[in-house]
Amino acid sequence: MLRLACPYCKIEADETELTPGGEAHIKRCGPGSSDTEFEDYMFNRSNPKGVHFERWCHTFGCGKWFHAARCTVTQEVFGTYRAQTLKPPKWVLNAILKRRPEWKGSK
Amino acid sequence: MLFKQIRIEKLRRQLESSAMSARLAKGGHLIDRDSAFDFSFNGRRMSGFAGDTLASALLANSQQLVGRSFKYHRPRGIMASGVEEPNGLVTLGAGEFLEPNQRVTSIDLFDGLAAQSQNHWPSLEFDLGAASDIVSKLLPAGFYYKTFMQPRAAWERFFEPLIRRAAGLGPAPKERDPDTYEHFYAHVDILIVGGGLSGLAAARLAAATGVRTLVVEQSRYWGGRSYVDTARVDGRKSDEWVEETIEDLAELEHVQLRLRTTATGVYDHGYVLALERAADQGLTKAPRHRMWRIRAKKIIMATGAIERPLCFGGNDVPGVMLSSAVRDYVVNYGVSPGDRTVILTANDDAYRTATVLIEAGLSVPAILDLRPHSEGELANTARDLGIRVECAAGIASVVGRRTVRGVRVCSSAGEGATSDEIECDIVAMSGGWSPSVHLWSHCGGKVRWDERLAIMRPDRGNPPINSQGLRLVYPAGSAAGELNAIDAIQDAETAALALIGDLGLRRPMLSAIRVDAVAEQAPMAAWLVPNGLTKAGRSKAWVDFQNDVKVSDIEVAVREGYESVEHTKRYTTLGMATDQGKLSNVNGIALLSRTLGTPIGDVGTTTFRPPYTPVVLGAIAGDARGQLFLPTRKTPIDEWHASNGAFWEPVSAWRRPYCYQNGGESIQDAVNREALKVRMSVGILDASTLGKLLVKGPDAGKFLDMLYTNSMSTLKPGTCRYGLMCNENGFLIDDGVVARIDDETFLCHTTTGGADQVHAWMEEWLQCEWWYWNVFTANLTEQFAQICVAGPNARDVLEDLGGMDVSEGGLPFMRWKAGEVGGVEVRVFRVSFSGELSFEIAVPSNSAMEIWNAFLDVGRNYEMEPYGTEALHVLRAEVGFIMIGDETDGTVTPQDLGLDWAISKKKRDFIGKRAQERAFLVNPNRLRLVGLETTDPEVVLPSGAHAIGERRNVHGHPEMTGRVTSSYYSPILNRSIALGLVERGHKRMGEVLQFAVGSDLISTKVVDPKFYRPGAGN
Repeated sequence: MLRLACPYCKIEADETELTPGGEAHIKRCGPGSSDTEFEDYMFNRSNPKGVHFERWCHTFGCGKWFHAARCTVTQEVFGTYRAQTLKPPKWVLNAILKRRPEWKGSK
Repeated sequence: MLFKQIRIEKLRRQLESSAMSARLAKGGHLIDRDSAFDFSFNGRRMSGFAGDTLASALLANSQQLVGRSFKYHRPRGIMASGVEEPNGLVTLGAGEFLEPNQRVTSIDLFDGLAAQSQNHWPSLEFDLGAASDIVSKLLPAGFYYKTFMQPRAAWERFFEPLIRRAAGLGPAPKERDPDTYEHFYAHVDILIVGGGLSGLAAARLAAATGVRTLVVEQSRYWGGRSYVDTARVDGRKSDEWVEETIEDLAELEHVQLRLRTTATGVYDHGYVLALERAADQGLTKAPRHRMWRIRAKKIIMATGAIERPLCFGGNDVPGVMLSSAVRDYVVNYGVSPGDRTVILTANDDAYRTATVLIEAGLSVPAILDLRPHSEGELANTARDLGIRVECAAGIASVVGRRTVRGVRVCSSAGEGATSDEIECDIVAMSGGWSPSVHLWSHCGGKVRWDERLAIMRPDRGNPPINSQGLRLVYPAGSAAGELNAIDAIQDAETAALALIGDLGLRRPMLSAIRVDAVAEQAPMAAWLVPNGLTKAGRSKAWVDFQNDVKVSDIEVAVREGYESVEHTKRYTTLGMATDQGKLSNVNGIALLSRTLGTPIGDVGTTTFRPPYTPVVLGAIAGDARGQLFLPTRKTPIDEWHASNGAFWEPVSAWRRPYCYQNGGESIQDAVNREALKVRMSVGILDASTLGKLLVKGPDAGKFLDMLYTNSMSTLKPGTCRYGLMCNENGFLIDDGVVARIDDETFLCHTTTGGADQVHAWMEEWLQCEWWYWNVFTANLTEQFAQICVAGPNARDVLEDLGGMDVSEGGLPFMRWKAGEVGGVEVRVFRVSFSGELSFEIAVPSNSAMEIWNAFLDVGRNYEMEPYGTEALHVLRAEVGFIMIGDETDGTVTPQDLGLDWAISKKKRDFIGKRAQERAFLVNPNRLRLVGLETTDPEVVLPSGAHAIGERRNVHGHPEMTGRVTSSYYSPILNRSIALGLVERGHKRMGEVLQFAVGSDLISTKVVDPKFYRPGAGN
């Protein structure tokens, strides 16, 4: 069972306090987007073996959404950060590269 | 029949007289001879002592035979003394306390314990199922899979009933378990699993650092095997050292010690489950089991090692035991498993058993050592005691079937030509020791094969890691593969110091523990006895005792192509029993490697999975049973409903009155009466469960325009609008009335079941997509009660109560007003879900009963009655209003339901808009909402019934063309009505469809869903 630090209330939250929200940093496609763009937005996910950026909600805590960078193989957590961002912050990318020098970025 | 019973009885008596195990006159480190317990086994009264396990007590009462094997129903006796016991599974207790498949070696004896053996008919001593042993050639490896093959009828009529009766362990309990269970949360810095010498050596160091430390031990005593194996620690007897160490640790506030607590699994990020057997079955009102939910920064795994059996012909006959178990019973419990014990070993450790037996005054006719030489100190001590020691010797076969009567001795090499026969009643075998690496493996730690020691040991280079990618579990002592006491303690201290260093703590200044133990000679890897055992012998040499897997079964699996260790396991069921292969795993892998001709290290291992030992389901549930599983949500008017004949219906977590029954009235009559009352006069409904979400902020209008399909920003304060909410896939997920409170504030009503989800949905979009918009949301569902007064006389009721102008001019349809009604602060919404004149009155929950009673008072003049959820449904269906969850199922768009009028054409964007442009959502052949009228007005269609279409599928079966989504009897129309979704339904008015109900076809006409048009009002 995972334990993730909520970047808002700073507590180490047990997985039972959290709701998963799938892959993070998905760009919303509304009216005007092509069928392919919309399909990608709705259904296609990177599902990597390794570093994954994902959304979590501290549902049974402060109620805030945040993002986590996690290794899907080892369950290592490289960092958690607030959801109000379009891309992972620099410090999270650095933390990933420090432990996964071979990592080429997502997608 | 009588004759048969007499025969069985005779057999039983014979068996009793021939059984040799008994309590010794003295000895028994763990038992208290002053405290005797009565217990029963298969109804026979027996007695034991405090400190006994059920296994030791049974042996003390000469009960070696404890069960029948799973597949062949062979007689089986107690083989081990710990959690690895494969044979001794019993059903404990009876009736509501009945608990099947409990290991006799793990049950601490208590006064009044009642146990039953399992898996036999008619009795343990005489089991007709044993006939399957005789025909065992017909039940080879993969037998279950083979029965799945053609002919199909053979499986259904013959094999399945046969297997179900023949196999299986104890019966499942039929009654509710009256015992209580609880969960307990613990956060520790260091968790030490195992209270043997290694665990305590690590605990001593951990405790000295001052950080929170928890030590758990599965048995009811500290010290592990140290007392039995006679090591001396720091110049004292090991039990004295253990006692002093525990006393010291117990004094420390930051250290917790728990006996009878098994760490059953290690999970991600240092999460560990441990089961504490806090009380014995049915003895106390306190929780029987306590499930510890532990978060540990670091874990010491000092789980010890388990002795391996040896594979030789007849190694499953009752009386063949693990050498360490024989020693344990003598030393710990003062029980002699038998008078004459032949020892078969591939290592030095088994010689300790010989010494112990001689010291207890028992006889050891021979030690058969598979190794070519044994010159160690332990072997020489045995020789000095006058024991016959044969090297390079093995057992060709066991004499006896229900009990051991002797062994045929052979050379350890060769095919098993008998050189000698020795009379004995116990065979103590030792194939070496396997470190208990289960917890290490649970969370990703790798194991490696150590060729020299012939053990699977934790690979320290590939440990389970924590969320930081750092080492989580530290194996210590024999669990790490250091099997000698001196090495084990040194290893445990090294592991503990490494852990302390990794935590960044100061290294405690304690001197190293000195252990005096005898040096041991190298063991031998012995997988088959004798090495060239014949085919016939291999089919009588067991690998997995509980699941009846023999050496020959592994060979069959390989021959049939199941060569991967994971395949062999599943095909043969090796290691899949309740003991999870604690005895069979390594032997199985080694025999597979031997059959394949592949080195053991390359064969790999199967994955160990939690739990280490079985966990009772009650312990997993803990307190979450009955009312505590999902507490019922109640409105502030709930008590009134309860005392006024409410027939309850669960609606999400709430309970709501389905209807109120008057006297002996039927439920259908009550629903009809309530629905008619609203149409003819006035009814009152507790609508408090309705979701009430406040959305506030300068961007609230903009936000709701994205959330709802229609426009909300254009709403004027004081007005209401019915809105639809879709998901990004374009499907309808919720609906409700939105009221604009002021420029920046909206009150969004949701469905009862949708309130929490819609609130979460709003927050998700606000936090993750439009976080720069200034909007706040609050779920006020429980802060306000909502009461609906509906019917032609509704206005009169409100006016009689007085305080607010609710005339057509004062409060028109789809408007709301704040003010006072009957002296209570309220908001009144002029909305309708029945088509009738209707007011919804919202009040702070605390005032709910006051205004509810006031309404009931003035309502008497109009014979007003409360109505429940079913009348609410009937009323809405009569006027063709949809219900989320009935007309929608996650695949239905607003357009499908003819709600295009509630979808804005002007808005550039809203959630679901893009999706609704997709080809399959604009397909004209989609199912559309229609009304359905059965030709026979008395027939009410069942919800979910399908209409048969004209197209045929590839099998020639008709395809369905529509389905019923909700169906009722309408008392105002005096006929059945239904709503449904039908292909191009809106273009098929008047068409008669056939709905399949069971084997009947019900003709039904497609009509406009608006069945009834109320008169005045709305």
